Amino acid sequence: MPDVLKNSEVAKIYIDARGPRFGASITTIVLAIALVTQNKWVLVAQGLVFLIGAIKGPQFTPYGLIFKNVVKPRLKGVAPTEDVRPPKFAQAVGFAFALVAAIGAFAGADLVFTIAVGMALAAAFLNAAFNYCLGCEMYLLLLRFTSNK
Amino acid sequence: MKTYLPLAIVIALSTAYGFWWKLTRGAIRSQKAVPGHRLSAEILGEPLGARATMVQFSSAFCTPCRATHSLLSHMVQSMNDVKHIQVDAESHLELVRELDIRSTPTTLFINRDGIEVGRAAGTPKRDQVLAALSNIA
Repeated sequence: MPDVLKNSEVAKIYIDARGPRFGASITTIVLAIALVTQNKWVLVAQGLVFLIGAIKGPQFTPYGLIFKNVVKPRLKGVAPTEDVRPPKFAQAVGFAFALVAAIGAFAGADLVFTIAVGMALAAAFLNAAFNYCLGCEMYLLLLRFTSNK
Repeated sequence: MKTYLPLAIVIALSTAYGFWWKLTRGAIRSQKAVPGHRLSAEILGEPLGARATMVQFSSAFCTPCRATHSLLSHMVQSMNDVKHIQVDAESHLELVRELDIRSTPTTLFINRDGIEVGRAAGTPKRDQVLAALSNIA
């Protein structure tokens, strides 16, 4: 199990909750381009962003840096904060889909690419448009199916 | 090669699902209880409330769990016969399976006998919580 899925004594870090949602909007556009153009390199680039987000945290991805340096200074009001672990989990799920899509693309299985990119796009779009919480909906189900009874 | 069909399908399906998700999160439903199941102080590790208890299942990868916890724990401060107990879903998987908890936060509203009378997936609204609690005798 990757580290990000372990609920051990992870140091609690709180980040600006608007950052991951901004990142999800960019991710939605990038994945939509990958899906329309069927371009595997666009997907690979997004996969690397997911990897950084899953390992280090979404605030360290290029989208997170754009948020911090360009978007955040222009926002007003008190920043709502959130635990970094939920968005990190979402980035890990995104990476898993991107990995499947990349394997499909390089193996010549176009349908696998299309479906996996579509799933990642659905998750990113739901997060951006509806503030969907992937960790809330998926993590427990994942545990229920994977851990022994 | 450009194709817009998969994009259209994904956006249409996730928009429909997103609206359904938004509508159902937080709603307190009474038909979801597992028949015959009964929660007790032994299972929860804490005594039940004299009239009602809100049992909140939470997990680490869940932002709204925090908001739900602060809402419910704040609400019970002014109620002497209602308790709020938070359960880490991950370390109580057996119970999670028995009660068919699928997402976090899920809050069960149980009466003094430990019988579930309603549950909410997602963060319920203050008024919904008050209404659900007033229905518990």
